Amino acid sequence: MMIPRIIPVLLLSNKGLVKTHKFKNPIYVGDPINAVKIFNDKEVDEIILLDIEASKQNKEPDYKYIEEIASESFMPFAYGGGIKNIEQVQQLFRLGAEKVIFNTSLILNNHLLREAADFCGNQSVVASIDVKKSLLGGYEVYSHIKKKITGIKPAELAKQAVASGAGEIMITSVDNDGIMQGYDLKLIEFITSFVNIPVIACGGAGNLKHLREGIQQGNASAAAAGSMFVFHGKHKAVLINYPTRKDIIEIFN
Amino acid sequence: MIGIIDYDMGNVGSIKKMLQKIGVEAVITRDPELLKSADKLILPGVGAFAKGMQNLAQLNLINILNELVLEKKTPVLGICLGMQLLTTHSEEGNVNGFNWIKAHTIRFPEKGIRIPHMGWNNIKVSNDNILFNGLETDNRFYFVHSYYVQPENILHEASSTEYILPFSSAIYKNNIYGVQFHPEKSHRFGLKLLKNFVSLNTL
Repeated sequence: MMIPRIIPVLLLSNKGLVKTHKFKNPIYVGDPINAVKIFNDKEVDEIILLDIEASKQNKEPDYKYIEEIASESFMPFAYGGGIKNIEQVQQLFRLGAEKVIFNTSLILNNHLLREAADFCGNQSVVASIDVKKSLLGGYEVYSHIKKKITGIKPAELAKQAVASGAGEIMITSVDNDGIMQGYDLKLIEFITSFVNIPVIACGGAGNLKHLREGIQQGNASAAAAGSMFVFHGKHKAVLINYPTRKDIIEIFN
Repeated sequence: MIGIIDYDMGNVGSIKKMLQKIGVEAVITRDPELLKSADKLILPGVGAFAKGMQNLAQLNLINILNELVLEKKTPVLGICLGMQLLTTHSEEGNVNGFNWIKAHTIRFPEKGIRIPHMGWNNIKVSNDNILFNGLETDNRFYFVHSYYVQPENILHEASSTEYILPFSSAIYKNNIYGVQFHPEKSHRFGLKLLKNFVSLNTL
């Protein structure tokens, strides 16, 4: 039986693991390598690592660090942040990444997605789209570099990403990030009805029920979360956690 | 030493990492001499079938691999696209493979279920096989593929998995093994499988 993937998203900022709130106020939650080790021991389905500073500071991926992380992860490991050319993509695969994630370069241009897909196959290319509600309530693609909405329509960018060779789309609600009150299901459902490739729901999940909603109501293929897997209890104490296999199977049955 | 065949078809680093964890020496190479000196071979690969065969041809690896696998009987494990390349023919690009195991690589039918088959799924052992020694029934492996393999002789099916339809998730014949899933990305289940493969007795 196929159980949807439950994916911890780890945000990397200057070699520290951080967690944001609506894409702001990153707070330090620990050492990423240690966190990956713990997630590996917990046999998580997949892991996503996003360097949220690399593009902002115009830096390359931190290969040495990524290699250390990859050597601890015997699960699919996806990396995003600061990837600007195909040589960098190739280097990431040599180090053991399973997928590469494009966000900023998707907004800027998309020939890099095509080049990456030609090299490693569509299934290893993830297009990450951050979405924020505009003042008028419509959805717009958000740029974390410019810290503002771009005027681009998420569905248009998603379609463009598919045409450029993306094998998966990760859709993140900026407004729900770190809130832990559930995904923006309207947004997730909208995107999944628009594209026929797997969609990863992200932004807002706080419990198992939310993950199920993302899959069953949003029609996402995978449910991702940050806060839920690094915080514990109502005071949000830092604790790396992941549901047991039994809990996951139960929630989806 | 395990020779991981390097023919520019995606991710090979993670296979080497898992072999290191097991404690066996592995090299990622396209050097015929090194491949000849390997006790066992791994043919990895993600991406398109036609490009895979084309790259192997351009690197002059096809004759060497035929010789090592068919004459010298070096054990070989094909992973994902690597498994599909062991077959006679693929619908993807309408191209012939190594034909080491008589089998066909076929696209999943469109039945309103998302393709690729991406994620964790269970395997059921069909014909008892050293690869699956010690495998728990409550197992799971990581899959990513849009085409599946159908062996002509059902005795060559090592395991089956269900997605859209039941398909052969692993095949084998003599010294030749293929798995559709990624053992190197499948936690302790994949680790056990690779351990079984590297500890095969070679004559």
